[in-house]
Amino acid sequence: MAEPVKTLSHRLQAAVADALLAAYVAFALFCLTLGFKTVDSVGGLTLKSRPVLLATVVGIVFVGRLLLNLLWWNGNWKMPRPAWGPVWPIPSVSRYGADNGALLLVAAAVLFPILAYIVEKTFHLGLPVRYLLDLSILVLTYVMLGFGLNIVVGLAGLLDLGYVAFYAVGAYTLALLAVHFDLGFWFCLPLAGLLAALWGVVLGFPVLRLRGDYLAIVTLAFGEIVRIVLLNWTEVTNGPNGISDIPKPTFFGLPFSASGPETFASFFGLRYDPLHAILFLYYLILGLALITSLVTLRLRRLPIGRAWEAMREDEIACRSLGINTTIAKLTAFATGAMFGGFAGAFFATRQGFISPESFTFMESAIILAIVVLGGMGSQIGVVLAAIVMIGGFELLRNMEWLQIVFGQDFDPSLYRMLLFGIAMVGIMLWRPRGIISSREPSIVLNERRAVGGHLVKEGRA
Amino acid sequence: MAYFLQQLVNGIALGSIYGLIAIGYTMVYGIVGMINFAHGDIFMVGAFIALIAFLLIMSLGVTLIPLALVLVLIIAMLLTAMWGWTVERIAYRPLRESFRLAPLITAIGMSIILQNFIQVAQGARVKPLQPIITGGYQIFDEGGFAVNLSNIQILIVVTTVALMGVFWLIITRTALGRAQRACEQDRLMAALSGVNVDRTISLTFVIGAALAAVAGLLYLLYYGVIDFFIGFVAGIKAFTAAVFGGIGSLPGAMLGGLVIGLIETFWSAYFTIEYKGVDASSMLAIVLIFFPSGLLGRPEVEKV
Repeated sequence: MAEPVKTLSHRLQAAVADALLAAYVAFALFCLTLGFKTVDSVGGLTLKSRPVLLATVVGIVFVGRLLLNLLWWNGNWKMPRPAWGPVWPIPSVSRYGADNGALLLVAAAVLFPILAYIVEKTFHLGLPVRYLLDLSILVLTYVMLGFGLNIVVGLAGLLDLGYVAFYAVGAYTLALLAVHFDLGFWFCLPLAGLLAALWGVVLGFPVLRLRGDYLAIVTLAFGEIVRIVLLNWTEVTNGPNGISDIPKPTFFGLPFSASGPETFASFFGLRYDPLHAILFLYYLILGLALITSLVTLRLRRLPIGRAWEAMREDEIACRSLGINTTIAKLTAFATGAMFGGFAGAFFATRQGFISPESFTFMESAIILAIVVLGGMGSQIGVVLAAIVMIGGFELLRNMEWLQIVFGQDFDPSLYRMLLFGIAMVGIMLWRPRGIISSREPSIVLNERRAVGGHLVKEGRA
Repeated sequence: MAYFLQQLVNGIALGSIYGLIAIGYTMVYGIVGMINFAHGDIFMVGAFIALIAFLLIMSLGVTLIPLALVLVLIIAMLLTAMWGWTVERIAYRPLRESFRLAPLITAIGMSIILQNFIQVAQGARVKPLQPIITGGYQIFDEGGFAVNLSNIQILIVVTTVALMGVFWLIITRTALGRAQRACEQDRLMAALSGVNVDRTISLTFVIGAALAAVAGLLYLLYYGVIDFFIGFVAGIKAFTAAVFGGIGSLPGAMLGGLVIGLIETFWSAYFTIEYKGVDASSMLAIVLIFFPSGLLGRPEVEKV
């Protein structure tokens, strides 16, 4: 640890020297990659130099580092707090307080369409209810996927980088059954979950022996294999063209269409409104997500859930206590996969069209990021992370005003994944335990206390 | 027979490139015990730096190709090494004492950052480069099917072998190599006996990135076309190679690279091209599940 610098001038000097070094590094990093752009032209590639951009970026690094040095790092190049301590004092959450918070969140979600309607009618923010609902459905889909993956990663401690495979299995199960065999959504939904769970077991078997990093990489490989098979097995999956015309779900047999013998609108004597279908989808995914959450909460109290959490903390101790880790791992994979399958089925019926494009590794990374950044094992954290991530993406899409600053050919959505990566690294560095790093222990001896994430080991080697 | 020989030659050239990338994985895994998921993307950044440096040098009027290539090689190695150093400094060092999966998650984040940074900075379209090193030798002719050994393939193999030799010497003969091996065995003990652990780990990343830059340059010369996504697949293959050869072992990485390169070449030569891409992933899965300690590696002992 560097000696704390005493006087102001010394501090300034040191800070400037450090910032200069950072600027020098930034220059080395960006001099070719940002300073020049390769342009297609006749007779091959040519270069276009961008000195202003390069100078701006290096300047930003210099000023930023200088300010950080002077204002935040207190002159000794240390973060103001230890990386492992609690970031803010953990409030002693009473059981009822936590439950009330969750209930409030659920109530807000249930009432959300009405609230959105009222707000739009009174304030005219230019946000149509339909758009808000569509966005919420997207967020809820990711919440559900996050809950599902949370079982595997957060509870059982198995890092799964190929979760999207089960999402794909669910989506394709529903699509193929609905298109080829004309089966309804409600019949296909459990089948999609079952098949995905089956695949969870099938893919879980070979990786039983592996742990940590190797397990993660193998699941990544499985995810890729599933995607490439979907891409190439054209006879069944229609390859890259995907499956279209997947029927929309019905309200227990009543379709949401404008005309027909018996529609949802005519049965209930309502005027036809396309919003009905969207509202139905919204409550459908909300229900599915709530079921996932409740099942997870209940599972944590069952022996199997306790076995998962014990396995996450220490697998060897688990085995020596006679817990069957094979069963525990396979059930974790299967349960997580099943919810992934449900979410996939919902995705397919909502989109009406699926193709292997929707099931890339990036999708797995996004779901994993939601779970990890939300705080592994925390349900509310997953919800918050999904809202921030997916909502943030959407916000970025609507930032056309930035074109005034950066010029006409500036496309904010290009920066989506870049910012996403930065957020992933940044939050991990800032709060390695995720946004909600405090969580209630599933099992306590006498008194109930909130436990900080820093007290939980979670396979820390 | 001639066809087989030709594929063998192609496979060795490809395998050499994988081997160079695999060294980065194997050294980092050996010393810090983490998968540097962003290493494939470091290789991609290296290829882009090489491309831009080459275009820049050509536009400055250097017409002598060998000189230009040597300059490009040096620039690419230096600048890519800087990228490797920065990635370690920002994303891995602060999390060194964290729980085991934390650096893997930041590594995935870094991989996303690098890919999208290049996509934003250089555009998403593929970047073609006209063939620079042409010509070659015909080894023999069998019934009209000639087996060719192109100059670029010779260059790849010679460069790889030379670099391997240099780094083998560094690891076995220098103080840095000793420090690396010490950190590999016991980081705390190494620190107690005066090894600067942070510096050693940084240098490991720097060396890995420099080798990845060489691989990037060779890839660019061999295929003549790069894009921002080449790092993902090449990274998976090189990681497979590193595990297959025995993670932590330098000759193992090279051997694994050759085996993976040969398997890939023969796969597309004799089997279907349709499921190309499954080969990398399924090889990875098979290797990790059945040969987790690799050909030249030591089995991991589970300490309680």
